[in-house]
Amino acid sequence: MDLYAESILDHAHHPFCKGPMKHPTVSHEESNASCGDSLELRLLIKGKRMHDIRWEGEGCAVSQAAMSMLAGHLKGMTVEKAAHLPPRFVFDLLKVPIGPRRTKCALLCLHALKNALRKLDGEPAQSWTETIGN
Amino acid sequence: MPLDTTAIRRQFPIFREEHPPIYLDSAAMGQKPANVIDAMDTYYQLAASNVHRGMYALADEATNHYEAGREAARAFIAARHRDEIVFTKGATESINLVAKTWGKVNLRKGDAVVLSILEHHSNIVPWLQLKEDIGISLRWIDMEDDGSLRMGDLDVALQDGKVKLVSVTGLSNVLGTLPSLSQIIERARQANALTLVDASQLIAHRPIDVIKLDCDFLAFSGHKLFGPTGIGVLYARSPLLSKMPPFLGGGGMVQRVTREEFRPADPPAKFEAGTPPIAEAIGLKAAIEWFTQHPWKGIEAHEHALLAHAIEKLKQISGLNILGPASADKIAGCVSFTIEGVHPHDLTDILGQAGICLRAGHHCAQPLHERLGIGASTRLSVSLYNTPEEIDRCAEEIRCAIAKLKK
Ligand SMILES: Cc1ncc(COP(=O)(O)O)c(C=O)c1O
Repeated sequence: MDLYAESILDHAHHPFCKGPMKHPTVSHEESNASCGDSLELRLLIKGKRMHDIRWEGEGCAVSQAAMSMLAGHLKGMTVEKAAHLPPRFVFDLLKVPIGPRRTKCALLCLHALKNALRKLDGEPAQSWTETIGN
Repeated sequence: MPLDTTAIRRQFPIFREEHPPIYLDSAAMGQKPANVIDAMDTYYQLAASNVHRGMYALADEATNHYEAGREAARAFIAARHRDEIVFTKGATESINLVAKTWGKVNLRKGDAVVLSILEHHSNIVPWLQLKEDIGISLRWIDMEDDGSLRMGDLDVALQDGKVKLVSVTGLSNVLGTLPSLSQIIERARQANALTLVDASQLIAHRPIDVIKLDCDFLAFSGHKLFGPTGIGVLYARSPLLSKMPPFLGGGGMVQRVTREEFRPADPPAKFEAGTPPIAEAIGLKAAIEWFTQHPWKGIEAHEHALLAHAIEKLKQISGLNILGPASADKIAGCVSFTIEGVHPHDLTDILGQAGICLRAGHHCAQPLHERLGIGASTRLSVSLYNTPEEIDRCAEEIRCAIAKLKK
């Protein structure tokens, strides 16, 4: 199936939850130095749930669409569940096969989410190997 | 005489395939002519043996082949002596060798190294490491918007006598611009600074004569010259090599080892610890022989025509912005661009699906991209085996990709 399927481009051009947030519980930025993609994720957490999500960023269609799709699913999710989302969750949202050279584009959103939650817990950031492998 | 690209392409196994890729990424890696592959294959099939060791004929042969590779590299850059050619793993290791041997003993806290904004990370990070380790400072030559270097910045940098080395690329791997090496080297010399030329890109696009250039160090990789990976060259003047401390320690780089101390061998062996890249030296020699069949004038004219054609085609694409001078007269090897609203990775992914190979990203030149105010760009690079028809196909596919990504 085509990587640039309608839905990916739709999300890239009309993203969900993109924009500023005044008083996030935590905000965190991750980037893929090799291609200049970056995502800054802001989470408002209330009662151990994702109450609101906002993000800003730039980069390729895959990284931006994946963030948009993921953001759409985070609202209301427990922090516990979000912290354990597997890469498959993002791949399933994208619905197109993601080859090795685009894996980091697709998972930048997940990497940002995991490390935002770790930051919240005062834990050190996890590596890409951990994000891709768990 | 114009180059006969049909005959040239026939000599590359990859272009003999039924559906060869449209390969416009030679700035990252040159394709390999059959004679390079055959030469290495023959060594592995029939002549594998280590150098400078055995007393049997096969070992002699390996040593002779390896040293013939050194002689070919010497002749290719017109160095005076074969001993001024050190084999390394590639340009990156060559530059690191200078930083970690010459730099370590000759640079003190407060000394400065001058770099240009065009540099590849491999000519930046080794110096940043010395900045961390011994407190040297880096001074930068900025550029005009057309990619030409601001020579005034060099003059200012050289004024206080703190600069010990000026290290610049001979050809930008992003913009394709060619800094005026002779001017830079002359000014550095007047200020008693040494010079290093990163010839990684230049090596496959212009003839190089290190005596005429008058540089102290020059680095390049074999793989951009259609040779194998895993071999590169560091050229350095003999007196410098004699005074530089050894790089890695091990077999081959010593005259004598006791339990207390060692005495390093003479250059270039002093800098070539361990079993060297023998097959690669053989491959590099074959690549140089292949390259030198073609007159430089023919290569330059062919690539100039390809770049002029590429620039013309790219300029017709709306929203496409060419980085640098956008004139084939002022560049060599490559041209890079951005497209409004289209990320280079998306573009090159779609091109890749159509069998067209272009490189996207920062091309290991992040300071340059930061200077340009962009995160990434797309690079189209040409070589003597490319044709105008390939450029046309590429331009067409770029249009299709834009239409797809922007719809
Ligand atoms: C200008 C320049 N310098 C240095 C290098 C590094 O070469 P290598 O990776 O072969 O060591 C490259 C290769 O991309 C280059 O283009």
